[in-house]
Amino acid sequence: MGFVAKDLIAIEPLEAADIIAILDTAEGFLDVSRRDVKKVPALRGKTVVNLFFEPSTRTRVSFEIAEKRLSADTINFSSTGSSTSKGETLLDTVKNIEAMAPDILVIRHPAAGAAQFVADRTSAAVINAGDGRHEHPTQALLDLMTIRQKKGGFDGLKVTIVGDIANSRVARSNIFGLNKLGAKVTLCGPGTMLPNKHEALGVEVTSRLEAALEGADVVMALRIQKERQSTPTFPSDREYAKYFGLNSQVIDLCEPDVIIMHPGPVNRGVEISSNLLDGSRSVVLGQVENGVAVRMAVVYLLAGGVAQ
Amino acid sequence: MADTLPKIIIDAKAMGRIVERIAHQIFEENGGSADLALVGVVTKGDLLAGRLHDAIKRIDGGDVPVGRLDITLYRDDLSGAGPNPLVRRTEIPFDITGLTVILVDDVCYTGRTTRAALDALMDYGRPTAIRFAVLVDRGHRELPIRPDYAGLEVVTRTEERVKVELAELGGKDRVWLLESGSDWVPGEE
Repeated sequence: MGFVAKDLIAIEPLEAADIIAILDTAEGFLDVSRRDVKKVPALRGKTVVNLFFEPSTRTRVSFEIAEKRLSADTINFSSTGSSTSKGETLLDTVKNIEAMAPDILVIRHPAAGAAQFVADRTSAAVINAGDGRHEHPTQALLDLMTIRQKKGGFDGLKVTIVGDIANSRVARSNIFGLNKLGAKVTLCGPGTMLPNKHEALGVEVTSRLEAALEGADVVMALRIQKERQSTPTFPSDREYAKYFGLNSQVIDLCEPDVIIMHPGPVNRGVEISSNLLDGSRSVVLGQVENGVAVRMAVVYLLAGGVAQ
Repeated sequence: MADTLPKIIIDAKAMGRIVERIAHQIFEENGGSADLALVGVVTKGDLLAGRLHDAIKRIDGGDVPVGRLDITLYRDDLSGAGPNPLVRRTEIPFDITGLTVILVDDVCYTGRTTRAALDALMDYGRPTAIRFAVLVDRGHRELPIRPDYAGLEVVTRTEERVKVELAELGGKDRVWLLESGSDWVPGEE
């Protein structure tokens, strides 16, 4: 019982029990954000540095709100307007910040493996807020929390992830988490967006949206990540929306109580139609609320350190 | 030593009487059940708060709101020296402002849990007053805190342990005084 680790870099190495422990703790944090005084003194005197080497609004804001509600002191460092644009290496940046004795580093970086690289070289706890195409563990945790709230559990659930899988660290983290917890994952997207070694991930893969949606309990749409594509992987937004966009017609193939998720930011009318996104089956804003609670839980659990 | 440990210091009958007595004391001092609220510290104080609620209801039918409070995030011993304890759910589904809140816990010992609970409660509103009810007061306070309602005051040594069992948690209603470091209790009699 409990989750003890120095860092949270990825979902892949976690045990199912670790994930459940984090989710249980996160449920306890929901209340803090719902009351008038949205602050608890748990992390008084702790310093958290948010290192963002890649543009991010919601993840950074979510982490910062989570840290502030725990009474930690937070410092934001983003690559624009910082020493990285003057040619400093990641290691030098980290060494300099390390010398100022932070307790926790939250890092987002365009290179896969960057968070692990930093974690191996600092005594501070490191939380991966997204590293290249590798993982985005807190996003998966908030997705898992949302699914558990709506479905009560994971056993035998059919979860369909639609979109740009190959470029998506959100999809990778979710696949690892869902597999560990007993859900069945189906991936769907144009061939150019699907991973070529999906057997190793233990998932079903199809390019037919109808087949992917049939009987699904949970549908997760992913954002088209044009910034990660060196060459275009589909001809036009309109064509993508026609074959892989979620709308109120295709969604009827799913279970009647299906929930629709999206990690944001959304390209309305491309991955998902507006009326579906704003409709009763969408849990997108619940995901955002859970995101703060999950990040509070992770920061809180890691701030305790590893048992001596 | 006069007594051998472990021994039962409160049995089921005594616990029932204690709950009834404290309910009546609260009822009398408050002048009824109006503007009253019960908030129990998880995981045993909240169960006792529920029993006090039922006992007060038996007096005048008043339905006193009941909440549960997890004080983990307000503890003074969260440090970087070990894993942080898991956080459990706090549920206070009513505004405590203007109410007399009865804070309920199973055991009062150093007073540090109570200090944390007082700080936590203040973040939920501004109660008219906070009173403190416990099943067992075992002494050895480290802070200037004293229960307003105590089921049993018992003299203990710091090495000893007080273990509260409640029927809701799968045991019987009873309270043990145990030797240091021991979790052992005799089998069913």
